[in-house]
Amino acid sequence: MASPSNNPPLLEVKNLRVEFPTRRGTLLAVDDVSFDIAPGEVLGVVGESGAGKSLTGNAIIGLLEPPGRIAGGEVKLEGRRIDNLPYEEMRKIRGHRIGAIFQDPLTSLNPLYSIGRQLVETIQTHLPLSASQARKRALDLLKEVGIPGAENRIDHYPHQFSGGMRQRVVIALALCAGPRLIVADEPTTALDVSIQAQIIALLKKLCREHQTAVMLVTHDMGVIAETADRVAVMYAGRIAEIGPVRDVVKQAKHPYTKGLMGSIPSLGVRHDKLTQIDGAMPRLTEIPTGCAFNPRCTFRGSRCLSERPDLMSAGASRAACWLHDRGGVGAPIPSDGAKELVDA
Amino acid sequence: MIAFILRRMLQSIAVLVAVGLVAFSLFRYVGDPINAMVGQDTSMEDRAALREKLGLNDSPPVQFLRFISNAARGNFGLSYRTSEPVSRMIFERIPATLELAFCAAIFVLFVGVPMGVYTGLYPKHWSSRLLQTVSLLGVSLPPFLLGILLILVFAVMLHWLPSFGRGETVQIGWWTTNFLTLSGLKALILPSITLGLFQLTLIMRLVRSEMLEVMRTDYIKFARARGLSNRAINFGHALKNTLVPVITVMGLQLGTLIAFAIVTETVFAWPGVGQLFLQSVQFSDIPVMAAYLLLIALLFVVINLVVDLLYFVVDPRLRSQGGAAKVAGH
Repeated sequence: MASPSNNPPLLEVKNLRVEFPTRRGTLLAVDDVSFDIAPGEVLGVVGESGAGKSLTGNAIIGLLEPPGRIAGGEVKLEGRRIDNLPYEEMRKIRGHRIGAIFQDPLTSLNPLYSIGRQLVETIQTHLPLSASQARKRALDLLKEVGIPGAENRIDHYPHQFSGGMRQRVVIALALCAGPRLIVADEPTTALDVSIQAQIIALLKKLCREHQTAVMLVTHDMGVIAETADRVAVMYAGRIAEIGPVRDVVKQAKHPYTKGLMGSIPSLGVRHDKLTQIDGAMPRLTEIPTGCAFNPRCTFRGSRCLSERPDLMSAGASRAACWLHDRGGVGAPIPSDGAKELVDA
Repeated sequence: MIAFILRRMLQSIAVLVAVGLVAFSLFRYVGDPINAMVGQDTSMEDRAALREKLGLNDSPPVQFLRFISNAARGNFGLSYRTSEPVSRMIFERIPATLELAFCAAIFVLFVGVPMGVYTGLYPKHWSSRLLQTVSLLGVSLPPFLLGILLILVFAVMLHWLPSFGRGETVQIGWWTTNFLTLSGLKALILPSITLGLFQLTLIMRLVRSEMLEVMRTDYIKFARARGLSNRAINFGHALKNTLVPVITVMGLQLGTLIAFAIVTETVFAWPGVGQLFLQSVQFSDIPVMAAYLLLIALLFVVINLVVDLLYFVVDPRLRSQGGAAKVAGH
């Protein structure tokens, strides 16, 4: 696997803000998010529903659904800024330099066209190939993603494929023009568990072979642990922790990540009870001052209520938590049912 | 698929026989045709002889069978009013109606569908809102009023277009056509708009709501993510997915355009079958009424059959396994 730190980043996201103007005021759905992805690297992005992970992905591919909009920051692909490109310019990057895979393969394909036609159409949009060359490439792609009998299957319609096969077709579509980056938004959530593993293995294999980087958005920590090089944990529109996947999984630095890891069952270890994080992620209208996680945090101190932590170094990772600042969390705040304060 | 077509054809025949029964009962229950045919001073003997000659003394089932078998061969008897063969009267007039309905349908299709696509793609643009408002007017304006208004503006005030009749026509075989002369074409404009406007607003609204629906689907979002051009997305992917309901409604509308051209034909003194039907109602000319009824039923049945076949062309999910759309699992 490529060691990410030596290469210049493929994708740079800096201080990205996505907001939704509503009647009750503007909601900040993605707040000051920054990260890099190196060529060939797999970055996992995890978080609960509404944490802003899908929006971050959509903002990168320039497909935020109105009224959502990028309100600040920048996105650079191969050193070129892409967040402020006109629609037509961005369209040429989508599918060509950045591929995308969405959650539900059953609905991602147009039911009225054969998969071959959809592949050829995408290939010809981005590459200067003749119809027969494009068809040849489509066939190769289908073989590569493991569609058995691709020669016959290329003229079949989406409804003639199973869910897993359709997601393979979707992956082939994303790879059509040889993108440098694939934004995969929950690519396995809609699939059976047994199929999930196959799809993830396929994605991993193809990206290694093509040196394609992946931004893998999911709420499945298992998928991340298996696939990603690095992982970013999002909470209430911000990155709570980002670091190499081993460190984040084994030695989580942010209390939220710890809670998230504690909620995953693992084989071979007997759990009487899985730990859970009490409470729920705040709604965008009700994000508390200070650290957004403070109402649910067992390590909460006075500083957490007033000052918002930015990402700070914590071992090999970076975490947005005052525990990793010299100043600490401040005086502990007693709360009802307060658990013992454990030093991290 | 063959089985499907056969099944649909059998259904169609059943529908036609049922309509035939209604048409036939016109003869028996809408007054006594003998009274309509003879003068006041005809003797009872002559009346009885005529009754016997016309086969009116046979039992109803026998008469019905005779009616149906004659109708199937295009023989609807003689008009009570003009004593001409009904089939000839209808064939003389049907080109006018069909050409009018055709023009109205073209108008609906080529104005209504693009308007629907536009308002569906840009629902918040001011021009879409304007079109929506104007279309409300189109739905609520009765055709006869619209026709009169059009005549007032374009015929009476501006003298641009004729206010009645077909203009000059050209005879091709038994078919008389408007399409080959300038005055014929000009004469088509106002009646077509009058006939089509209501349907146009319906189609526009239907296409609009279908487009709004389709533009929200995942495959459109994914098509954008694949970087396809707007043109390919809007017309290749989105519009085609709105087609199934649009074809259904268009098919029914085409039937409606032909069947209910009566009002428009009356306003514009258009010599079509609708006008013929109105005249025959005034004179209780039952053979003409019955023939008209069957003709319209036949049109609807044929159009619906064509519509059902078009579904297969548009939607591959219906093509496989004899129309049983199966969504495969894993």
